[in-house]
Amino acid sequence: MSGDRITKGLLFLSSLTILLLSAGIVVSLLGGALQAFREFGLRFIISPAWNPTAGSEEYGAMSFIAGTVITSILALIICIPMAFSTSLFIAEYFRGTRTSGILRSLVDLLAGIPSIVYGFWGFYALRPLLVATGLTDQGFGVFTASLVLAIMIVPYATSLSAEIISMVPAELKEAAYSLGATRREVIFSVVIPSARSGIIASFILALGRALGETMAVTMLIGNANVIPKGLFAPGNTMASVIANQFGEASGLKMSALIAVGLLLFLITALVNYLGKLIIKRFA
Amino acid sequence: MKNSIIILMAVLALAASSCGGSGSTTGRQKEVTLSAAGATFPQPFYNLAFKKYNEAGGPLISYGGIGSGGGIKSLRDQIVDFAATDAYLSDEELAEMPGEVVHIPTCIGAVVIAFNIPGVTELKLTPELLEGIFLGNIKMWNDAQILAVNPGLVIPDMEITVVYRSDGSGTTYIFSDYMTKVSSLWNEQLGTGKALNWPSGIGAKGNPGVAGTIKQSEGSIGYLGFEYAFAQQIPMARIMNSSGFFIEPTLDSFTAAAAAEIPSDTRVMITNSPNPSAYPITSFTWIIMYRELAYGRHSRDAAEAAVSTVKWLTGEEAQAIATSVHYAALPQNAALQAAELLKGITYEGQPVLK
Repeated sequence: MSGDRITKGLLFLSSLTILLLSAGIVVSLLGGALQAFREFGLRFIISPAWNPTAGSEEYGAMSFIAGTVITSILALIICIPMAFSTSLFIAEYFRGTRTSGILRSLVDLLAGIPSIVYGFWGFYALRPLLVATGLTDQGFGVFTASLVLAIMIVPYATSLSAEIISMVPAELKEAAYSLGATRREVIFSVVIPSARSGIIASFILALGRALGETMAVTMLIGNANVIPKGLFAPGNTMASVIANQFGEASGLKMSALIAVGLLLFLITALVNYLGKLIIKRFA
Repeated sequence: MKNSIIILMAVLALAASSCGGSGSTTGRQKEVTLSAAGATFPQPFYNLAFKKYNEAGGPLISYGGIGSGGGIKSLRDQIVDFAATDAYLSDEELAEMPGEVVHIPTCIGAVVIAFNIPGVTELKLTPELLEGIFLGNIKMWNDAQILAVNPGLVIPDMEITVVYRSDGSGTTYIFSDYMTKVSSLWNEQLGTGKALNWPSGIGAKGNPGVAGTIKQSEGSIGYLGFEYAFAQQIPMARIMNSSGFFIEPTLDSFTAAAAAEIPSDTRVMITNSPNPSAYPITSFTWIIMYRELAYGRHSRDAAEAAVSTVKWLTGEEAQAIATSVHYAALPQNAALQAAELLKGITYEGQPVLK
């Protein structure tokens, strides 16, 4: 009995720690962001101005919100066909074969590569390739960043989707086969519908990761603090501007950066909430 | 329940005994360790100098390259023994510090204009051209204004890509301080600061980031610390100084910039030097520390070690290390002033240096 109580107490304590930590993050973000919101009000969210020169300081988060949302959504769009087909390949079509085993470990390997390495690869390998296509002068910009982001989030979406797809009960599939369905029909009318909410959840998780990615984006997006003028134009994201400017910031600028952090926190929370709604709707 | 209490006590007892063990081993070596933090601009020099000093029997110093602003913050919070900054503290910042702060210049760094134009290794730039290029008003490399300053230069019909620092930095501060002095348009549009509202171009993080981006991007131009351009062998432009001479960035032309009158607290920007042989975009970089070192739990040992380290840093041996990693040595007047300032540093009212 006492062992049970200790276990219960420990579990309660560790859950409480998580709660306290999240609350603490929100409280300290709010506290730090107060000065910026007091100075600029709601204009902070909608203004694209970012002028750190002393005397004419003015901060707004819109350029970074735009950069973050555009790169993340673009990355998600590029990621969906890759991750979706790979997960079907691994978990259904070539399930249990050696090929799928190798592919699965490769996907897991991709997930383990640090983001700075992706950044380097994007900088030295992908960027010259894009320049060679003639679409872009220097290769820095929203599209390059999104492409690398997409590759970075593919393993998350693939791994989870594959897990969910392989959990579809064999009875369901066998029943479909016994009714004379082809393999393609089984996948599209049995496997995908029954795994749908899980697959959507995996893409939302991937999107969440894209929203917060910092290093690789910083190296490729061009770090121009403006709303991107086009797919191949430079921009900046919320996480990237914080990482870049945090070191030398103080006073109002520090507060503005913390406010950007708070907005990123809210956007991520919103995405997760929307994800939950979608899952509920389809489940 | 009882069992778990006994286990807990046993764990605590073990932990206590192991702590005692490690405590006695650290007690044997009576070495002082110092912590310092700040500017990344002089970091290659400090890293090497502190390592050599430690090998020669000096204290072990950990230096965090977290940027000048971070260094100033750390000093204000009294969590470092001394800090390093590329921009001297303003009167306002000095007033915010809990005690009087002394600036000790340690070496001279220069900001160079590095470029990557296919087939071009030499380029001359005037303040007017710098203004036009960095404000985005001169957009092509074969612009008539560039050709007028560089007669006979074969330069391709190529778009100019400006590369700037995406992070707040002393390098940006030094460059913009110079540009503000020589261009009224710059003063109006961008001003002086560690981060600016750039009208065009691409941002890269840190001096290494700028160096890498320029090296990888044809048609690019940017400003960065001399040693980084030198190490990556990126061509650097000659800049026209206040006397109208085009000066190549060399250690001698950097030192020449500091040969002028220096105020007693050494808080001065030496950009746009009046000296005809001086490279115009140069600056001191400083160690900052409190004048009275007995604060908080700061020990006398740490205070003595900190002052003697900084004294050594401004001395001949360390200055030779500075030139070996491409920072210019302090000219004699600045070195004398540094020594004078260090004499004024006290612990409980008594001078630390005897």
